[in-house]
Amino acid sequence: MRPFSFNRAETVKEAIAALAQNPDAKLLAGGTNLIDLMKYEVTHPGMIIDINRLPLKEITDLPDGALRIGALASNSAVAYDERVKARFPLLSSAILAGASPQLRNAATTGGNLLQRTRCYYFYDTAAPCNKRAPGSGCSAIGGVNRIHAILGANPACIAVHPSDMCVALAALDTVVEVEGPQGAREIAFLDFHRLAGDEPQRDNTLQTGEIITGLRLPPNPFGQNHTYLKIRDRLSYAFALVSVAAAIEIDKGRIIDLRVALGGVAHKPWRDTLAEREFADRAIGESTFREIAERLLIGAKGQGQNDFKISLARNAIIRALRQAAAGTPQDQTVKAIQ
Amino acid sequence: MLNPSKVVGVPTARIDGPLKVSGCAPYAAEHYEPFMLFGYVLPATIATGRILAIDATDAERFGGVIKVYTHENRPDTAWRDSKWKDEVALPGHPLRPLESDRILFDGQPVAFVVAETFEAARDAAALIKIHYAAARPHTDLRNELSNRYAPPVPRMKQLVPPPPRGDAEKAFKEAPHRISSDYEMSGEYHNPMELFATTVLWKKDGELTIHDKTQGSQNSHEYICQVFGLDPDKVVVKNAFVGGAFGQALRPKHQLFFAVMASLDLKRSIKAEMSRREMFYLTWRPSSFQTVSLAADEEGRLTAVMHDAVHATSRYEDYQENVANWSALAYKCDNVKISYEIAKLDVSTPGDMRAPGAATGVTALETAMDELAYVCGIDPLELRVKNFAHRDQMQDKEFTSKALHACFREGAARFGWSRRSLEPRSMREGHELIGWGMASGIWEATMSPAEANVRLSGDGKVTVSAAASDIGTGTYTILAQLSADAFDIPLRDVTVRIAESTLPKTGVQGGSWTAASTGSAVQAASKAVIATLLKHAQKLETSPLAKAKVEQVEIADGRLVLEANHQIGMPVSEIMERAGLSGIEEHAKVGPDMMTMRKFAAYTHSAVFVEVRVDVELGVVRVTRVVSAIAAGRILNPKTARSQILGGVVMGIGSALHEEGMVDHRTGRIMNHNIAEYHVPAHADIEDIDVIFVDEDDDKASPIGVKGLGEIGIVGVAAAVSNAIFHATGKRIRSFPITLDKILTERTDQ
Repeated sequence: MRPFSFNRAETVKEAIAALAQNPDAKLLAGGTNLIDLMKYEVTHPGMIIDINRLPLKEITDLPDGALRIGALASNSAVAYDERVKARFPLLSSAILAGASPQLRNAATTGGNLLQRTRCYYFYDTAAPCNKRAPGSGCSAIGGVNRIHAILGANPACIAVHPSDMCVALAALDTVVEVEGPQGAREIAFLDFHRLAGDEPQRDNTLQTGEIITGLRLPPNPFGQNHTYLKIRDRLSYAFALVSVAAAIEIDKGRIIDLRVALGGVAHKPWRDTLAEREFADRAIGESTFREIAERLLIGAKGQGQNDFKISLARNAIIRALRQAAAGTPQDQTVKAIQ
Repeated sequence: MLNPSKVVGVPTARIDGPLKVSGCAPYAAEHYEPFMLFGYVLPATIATGRILAIDATDAERFGGVIKVYTHENRPDTAWRDSKWKDEVALPGHPLRPLESDRILFDGQPVAFVVAETFEAARDAAALIKIHYAAARPHTDLRNELSNRYAPPVPRMKQLVPPPPRGDAEKAFKEAPHRISSDYEMSGEYHNPMELFATTVLWKKDGELTIHDKTQGSQNSHEYICQVFGLDPDKVVVKNAFVGGAFGQALRPKHQLFFAVMASLDLKRSIKAEMSRREMFYLTWRPSSFQTVSLAADEEGRLTAVMHDAVHATSRYEDYQENVANWSALAYKCDNVKISYEIAKLDVSTPGDMRAPGAATGVTALETAMDELAYVCGIDPLELRVKNFAHRDQMQDKEFTSKALHACFREGAARFGWSRRSLEPRSMREGHELIGWGMASGIWEATMSPAEANVRLSGDGKVTVSAAASDIGTGTYTILAQLSADAFDIPLRDVTVRIAESTLPKTGVQGGSWTAASTGSAVQAASKAVIATLLKHAQKLETSPLAKAKVEQVEIADGRLVLEANHQIGMPVSEIMERAGLSGIEEHAKVGPDMMTMRKFAAYTHSAVFVEVRVDVELGVVRVTRVVSAIAAGRILNPKTARSQILGGVVMGIGSALHEEGMVDHRTGRIMNHNIAEYHVPAHADIEDIDVIFVDEDDDKASPIGVKGLGEIGIVGVAAAVSNAIFHATGKRIRSFPITLDKILTERTDQ
């Protein structure tokens, strides 16, 4: 860790101003990822802007039936909020599939979106890594890449986004509310995170000086026809090898609206809305689920150690669709996969 | 047969438990002194090569930094290798930190930064610039198998494979039933909760008090005195509390060396604690390859056993453990051939990790036995019963005791094994296939030489002293129980003084021998105290015990009395007072009984039964039930004993399913060097574990009937899990850990 200056912002405007004026500043909310990254020398912010006093903790109902979640609401507060549990159970479930109670108590909603990859080479400052040191190369290609991407990767970076919560948010067509020096704007969730492209150092589309103020969850018609299924190397406290957030609107045994977001497979929570739409009006059933899985994984490519993720993802998608269609979402307190 | 006791054999909570759970038990890194210094180690980032240049200018200028040590300015130390060899050193050249510019393994210490705060030392270390000339590393055992060799200097004679028995090759070829399989195991890292740490408190007269995270205070003491040429009387090493060790802390580690080096150089008190990352750069369970070939006759009786093992070692030392010799004695068989070799890699020297060798070799043997059971069409438990060894054929000795039949019987009954059908994939619930597997475990029951002092004071209270350690095993408690028993006093009247180099000599705490060794020394010293007490009583006028012999007396309810008639005797306090004594202290030294050991071999045994549930579409494995039945002689404290076995089973589940050091063989560097990415079982991975201690009387393994429990709990667990996975899925996975990708991609055998 390197010495840094510590600022505490009392208002969103103060935070934006400090961030805009100090290119090497970082926002501190829960700190569950940032502090580790500083201790491992992965990042060296010259300034820390503590935003924990900003009035962004509230979860509020909006007139159109949407729910607004403040960027500083803790993961636990969101997961256990009665409105979230009743109207967005997929989100609650995804949050509870991740981390540990202690981490979820500290981690915030905005921070969850901004957490960095768990790629071993990103964390190891002696290894080349385009995400940490642009232009130095990608060590994960040809290296230890069991946890790496099978979709949307390129020779510059095969890291994956580690969040569970974001996978559910992607499925729920969430809107990210941000504020910056130019004022407030909204970003569709699928446009918030980005593929590595030729700038793997950029995880998202936030502009300089912008901060996340909240999320807006539009009402959805899924009822119990959803699930969050997380497959990992042990039964708790591990990042997803593959996770699936699935939600289906069903009418008379046919698909009206299909949402399948994947975690642990790409540089961002992965969703293919074009593919989803192809299955509108298709009959619910095993053969449809299989086709959906195959369709979503077109172009999937392993890196050697993670080749298994392709068949794992296919089987996980099929299982998740069965759970969602049956209205029996995975209970995160049950270790057997239903 | 030992008398029933009020305290020994009774489940007893640890006497140091309240200190530990209230945070009042100071561990090695928790001793403070005003103005003390803090050290931080910088690990190398190449696996083999040289340091061309090292630039510590920025680090030296960093606020609060006192000094940066590198190979260019390290103070002089002992020159001869022998001075660097600790009590459990290996054949080869022990690592001398900062000796030269040569790098022999990933993470080798290349600099030690000393500063006024921990943070300054850590942050300055990151500013050191090193220019390496990296050579091509060889860290993949698979690629180095052709360079394997039998260790030219055996670490211990027990590690040398026994000469072949009969003609195993011929018997194998001629047998109606046979299997031959290869097993691969990943390197594992102990990761006890407590990090390696040393606090050196320096006094003006040059005396050092050292709090070290070690499994043997006297081993650290001797090492430090030899390396730095110190007067042994001016150095005290303490390890009052140890937060887990599992063998990793048997040998002194570099933080001890650095802390003492800097303390002597700077004449200041100093503390050095490793980072979690550094815990992956030293003393690990080596990666291994094994081939086990078994043959049986029509009835399933073994006609041939062949076991070849090879595991990794470093460039500079020949680490050795008993991987394959178990196969020469676990079952009755007249044709046996064992081979054991090691291969050098650009890695740090591996070391003992809970049941070193057995956790590797018995896993292969017991998986192979399961494979043979299926080839023969015999229930796996029945196959083991059929091949029961009533005698140690390897050493041609009787067993001191072997209640393994009772483990089989009681374990199977508790588990419900008789309801098992032989065919794989025969049980299913929902998406999960259910499988039942079992394995047997074995570990040696040894005594090491140990000494102890016991003092009985006039008020009836007792103080026990020995240099023994308590690495979380419960040493404090069992020694208190043994002395409370000897003097018929409550536990609270016993003071246990251990974990200090000045106390009576004991070996390092390892190999499951502490209870048997130090416990026996305490019992012997207690007996000596009673004998002395009797002598004093007999010198008194009108002594009711005038004619009593020492074997006839005991202490009961504060009185020295005749065992046969408690009415006859006198109060301990009266004897002491009339003899003008404030207390009686006696010393005892015990060791293995060579006469007995010439004829007898002592082992602990286990039978482990496991239920798994496997989601075959997703590869997810759950271990839903474990029954571990243990035959380990006398159980001093069923509560701490059960904890030992529970811990062993959990570690065995980790070995079966989770633990894997992931090395990038292009650079020779371990990449998952933190406990977020190096997986051990989480709470969710552990369900019912049932521990049974079967009755086993043993009057030969140790004077107190104890055989030791530290290792036996893990042995066989990984095999039982893999056998259960086979029973569930029909997939035989011979590569550990059995991660879900292996289940997804492995074909069904049957």
